[in-house]
Amino acid sequence: MKKTYKIDVDCANCANKMEDAAKKTAGVKDATVNFMTLKMNVEFEEGKDPKTVMQEVLKNCKKVEDDCEIFL
Amino acid sequence: MNKKQKKMLIRIIIAAVLLVGFHYLPFQGPIRFFLYLIPYLVIGYDILIKAWKGIRNKQPFDENLLMAIATIGAMAIAVYEDGDYTEAIAVMLFYQVGEWFQSYAVGKSRRNISELMDIRPDYANIEVDGKLEQVDPDEVEIGSVIVVQPGEKIPIDGIVVEGTSSLNTSALTGESLPREVNAGDEIISGCINMTGVLKIQTSREFGESTVSKILDLVENASSRKSKSENFITKFARVYTPAVVCSAIALAVLPPLVRMIGMGLPADWGTWIYRALTFLVISCPCALVISIPLSFFAGIGGASNAGILVKGSNYLESLSQAKCIVFDKTGTLTQGVFEVNGVHHNKLKEEKLLEYAALVESSSSHPISKSLQRAYGKEIDRSRVSDIQEISGNGVTANVDGVSVAAGNAKLMKRLGIQYIDCHHVGTIIHMAINGAYAGHIVISDIVKPHAKEAIASLRAAGVEKTIMLTGDAKKVADQVAASLGIDEVYSELLPADKVEKVEAIMEKKQYKGKLAFVGDGINDAPVLSRADIGIAMGAMGSDAAIEAADVVLMDDDPLKIAKAIKISRKCLRIVYENIWSAIGIKLICLFLGAIGIANMWVAIFADVGVMILAVLNAIRTLFVKRL
Repeated sequence: MKKTYKIDVDCANCANKMEDAAKKTAGVKDATVNFMTLKMNVEFEEGKDPKTVMQEVLKNCKKVEDDCEIFL
Repeated sequence: MNKKQKKMLIRIIIAAVLLVGFHYLPFQGPIRFFLYLIPYLVIGYDILIKAWKGIRNKQPFDENLLMAIATIGAMAIAVYEDGDYTEAIAVMLFYQVGEWFQSYAVGKSRRNISELMDIRPDYANIEVDGKLEQVDPDEVEIGSVIVVQPGEKIPIDGIVVEGTSSLNTSALTGESLPREVNAGDEIISGCINMTGVLKIQTSREFGESTVSKILDLVENASSRKSKSENFITKFARVYTPAVVCSAIALAVLPPLVRMIGMGLPADWGTWIYRALTFLVISCPCALVISIPLSFFAGIGGASNAGILVKGSNYLESLSQAKCIVFDKTGTLTQGVFEVNGVHHNKLKEEKLLEYAALVESSSSHPISKSLQRAYGKEIDRSRVSDIQEISGNGVTANVDGVSVAAGNAKLMKRLGIQYIDCHHVGTIIHMAINGAYAGHIVISDIVKPHAKEAIASLRAAGVEKTIMLTGDAKKVADQVAASLGIDEVYSELLPADKVEKVEAIMEKKQYKGKLAFVGDGINDAPVLSRADIGIAMGAMGSDAAIEAADVVLMDDDPLKIAKAIKISRKCLRIVYENIWSAIGIKLICLFLGAIGIANMWVAIFADVGVMILAVLNAIRTLFVKRL
């Protein structure tokens, strides 16, 4: 399953870091962060609940870039 | 400006004013230090906090840390020597100015591009008890009738049931001429209704309508990253730690060598200062921001010209396209047949066409249609009797009491009539009246008005090879190719053969670069996905083509192919300019910093100045009108 989320982040490098962090989160099959459109596309692994996975993604993103936000 | 940007601007101004003001105060020693600490903290507190958080989260290597170390270091040197504090504060100040500018420029171009693609309809009008009601387009069911008033956007695809108007399709196709529509015409969403009130019966749901598809495509376009973008991401990952390590080496090794190896004084201050300049230069911001921005602006500019590119990677491939393979019908030719000439006629041209149209009046074959169109008048079927269709040959009938035969050479042979062959290319309709030969009519597919120009401008844009594929007869294909100036032709192909042919061309590879296939999306979806880049033209409404293609041209003007390639070239040229100039200037400054020629001021130019230049350069990609 794929979902798109709006995000807020200040710099392109931070967006790349968020992408990395999201990719490494358990339950996420693939993720891309688009800095220009401020969107995050997340592909979830089979049978995972997007809501709980996204909570983890947000936590991991906050770790690498404190100043970011994902609008869940 | 958003809230964050305003706040930042105020901080920048306060810090700058304090910095200048303190210059005139006569204090010395610790008091001076504490005074200067105020502007430093005003401008830099968030950087310091972020750097600290980075260390705590074990993600230390970012520009915040670089800036924190560099400025704290510079402050420390200034305290030690009771010297110049302005340098450290200026570095932080300019860094923030750069960040602010970047955020402002990106926000601005984000808005610009979304304005360019401002085709999203906010509502649809539905008539309820004689009154118009605005509803969410999502809630309109297929088959309901919506009302579109002058000045409004068509929200959903459908068929006009009432009213006439002209539509502005420029947001969709880049075409500035308005399009006239009448009852019975199909219309696509995203156009703007200009003159009259239209009642439209919807034929699709909003989510399936053209406008939603286009928006979806454009919004997701820059998620597919190009090689250059991936290169920069990887580069930045290696680059920052590498510079930090060399800065440490620069601070420690030379003094040690001086002390131990050469017996000179260590001169720690100088070398630490040089190491700090290193850190300031090192921030990869210019690259990291300008490359995606260039692609984003390029895709935005292209979509404004009616060219939808599905991703940065396709924009990159398109710029390397050296071999263009065309499908003939619908791409280079219009795919409609027209009477092109009447030869050896014993009667007046009009009379012969009249007979031909009447004889063929019962047929719906494209050839018959074109004869009827050429005749141009209402057909009175009561004049025609005894119609006999001889399959694969033609038609004979009685018109106004004369027996007329219209068909190919086989028909003439069958009737035992001497006919004159035609040296023109196309479908030939021989006519016989009362058993005597009366001349022939040439019908052929006509070449699009801009086709020749398009091939020429492709060549001017650096395309090495043009190839045409078609299912048509060899004679027709060769003639079209020759008139347009196409290098190679493969004719009499079945749709399935086209894939094989394209694969064979890609295998042989007589060109340096990538192969693009251009088709109209009818029957050629497999080829579109097989080629390096699939370009579908005039594809609005053909879902299979939009799905399979990498680049979608919204109208069917072949000149757009060259335009698309030029846009991609311009975009990639700017990307490379930015990559090389940014890396180049930084390396030069790093070198100058290491040998002590460049001070902090040069360093801050290498960082912020280059970034601003790169961003301004990137924004140039947005302007594609005159390409």
